Amino acid sequence: MSWEIVIGLEIHVQLATQSKLFSGARVGFGAQANTQTTLVDLGMPGALPVFNEAALRMAVAFGTAIDAEVCKHSVFARKNYFYPDSPKGYQTSQMDHPIVGLGHLDIQLEDGTTKRIGVTRAHLEEDAGKSLHEDYDGMTGIDLNRSSTPLLEIVSEPDLRTAKEAVAYMRKMHAIVTTIGISDGNMAEGSMRCDANVSIRQKGQQKLGTRAELKNINSFKFIERAINIEVQRQIDILEDGGLIHQETRLYDADKNETRPMRSKEEANDYRYFPCPDLLPIEIDEAYIDAIRQSLPELPDQRSARFVSQLNLSPYDAGVLSASRGLADYFESVVAVCNDPKLSANWVTGELAKYMNQNNLEIDAIPLSALQLGQLISRIQDDTISGKGAKTVFDELWNNAGEVDAIIDAKGLKQVSDQGAIEALVDDVIAQSSKQVQQYIDAEADKRGKMLGFFMGQVMQASKGSANPGQVNALLKQKLDALC
Amino acid sequence: MALENADIDKIAILARLQVTPSETSDYANSISSILSLIDQMQQVSTEGVEPLSNPHDASQRLRKDEVTCDNQREAFIALAPAAQDGLYLVPKVLD
Repeated sequence: MSWEIVIGLEIHVQLATQSKLFSGARVGFGAQANTQTTLVDLGMPGALPVFNEAALRMAVAFGTAIDAEVCKHSVFARKNYFYPDSPKGYQTSQMDHPIVGLGHLDIQLEDGTTKRIGVTRAHLEEDAGKSLHEDYDGMTGIDLNRSSTPLLEIVSEPDLRTAKEAVAYMRKMHAIVTTIGISDGNMAEGSMRCDANVSIRQKGQQKLGTRAELKNINSFKFIERAINIEVQRQIDILEDGGLIHQETRLYDADKNETRPMRSKEEANDYRYFPCPDLLPIEIDEAYIDAIRQSLPELPDQRSARFVSQLNLSPYDAGVLSASRGLADYFESVVAVCNDPKLSANWVTGELAKYMNQNNLEIDAIPLSALQLGQLISRIQDDTISGKGAKTVFDELWNNAGEVDAIIDAKGLKQVSDQGAIEALVDDVIAQSSKQVQQYIDAEADKRGKMLGFFMGQVMQASKGSANPGQVNALLKQKLDALC
Repeated sequence: MALENADIDKIAILARLQVTPSETSDYANSISSILSLIDQMQQVSTEGVEPLSNPHDASQRLRKDEVTCDNQREAFIALAPAAQDGLYLVPKVLD
């Protein structure tokens, strides 16, 4: 049976404000428990929320960046539920009147085509505190530092059809929010996390299947894995004649499985109502326009510029503009070495490889753009070969240091002295009479291939330091002269 | 609209309120009478009336994004019935 996968994502983005959504307490990751709260965050009776203007500005910036309707009138609502890390007994969120309405975002598929994904809405809400379930004399510990941290919840249409599309959407969203500077996008610290609504239906069927909601996925890798494993679970159930239950499931990365959440939540009866402590937010066209005007270059625009200005392939441009950090790094490298194509090759090649192997994002790598730029300059000016550059790169990555010093210390300097190379070439030709004869006897169009042997000999004799381009040219010239 | 005892039990659970069986019927009756008042109000024609989120003719005041409060943990924790290692302690929430 042929199944179609339907995925919608709800992405929570932590906004990069200094203070909380409704209080003057500091927002920050990793502080000592309960040192970043006010009476408002603790839900003390009579303590009233006051809305943070930066959170509003960031939400509006997001709306304009995805070409969405930004709502001039939006309303905070209370989402009521009981959990001890939410001392007010409700989450202040938005329901009927979110700040951002219908928008869209384009993702690049693996075959190079572009797909438009609808964004249903984005609304402002506050985060909850944290429960620590280690045993504190049989009790649960509560840390309210995160309480009332501003979040933007971005809800997609069920337009995604594969786990890879979901990852591409999440990456694009990450690129946008980090580019416009409304979030640090740090997934490891929970600044960006997503819930995935996953269902399957038979190909051609209109009606959506029953969905499961996968909660709190906090890495690009896990989105793909979690969705794939959940899809397989649903296929297995349906093909065995079973039924999917609508439920919330957790992805367990260690076991690579999804399982139902344990808590016996009273089926999502949130009893939303407009928050009486907060007045409606009213903004005008001028406010929205000013923010739209101040948006920086967006990822799609940057990608287009990489193609038109730097002559990169659309593919490379797409990869390099996928995150603001990577794009900034790439442009810094180009600024140093002034060679966009070679810079693109190194950033998407060697650098990307090392980042993957070490599971590092661009802001955490040990190699500065200046260093990589200098290294590429040394390839350009023929000081080192591409192969030698990889050795230097490895040294810079693992042990730091200075490009030219490493080239000297490792004896990687390419010999480009014509006389020295010529001597090596003459030696090899003199010592390889058999191969030389074969070369002379060979048909002209086969000779190119036979150069490889001589190349190897010369490079070996120079301990890899001879400039390969020069060696090749000299060998060809001298051997052809014998024919 | 009249509420049954079962509705009261559900609301009580959602709100984490302890309601004794003898109170349940009382609540069902009094909340039902509030709802019937609302039913009565809903008969009023509201055609052409804008929905109202808030009775004040005002919009939300904004606060500058500044940290205005220092750490007051000791003062706050002193109010809590139970605390340890800087954490508020509550009855275990996982089953």
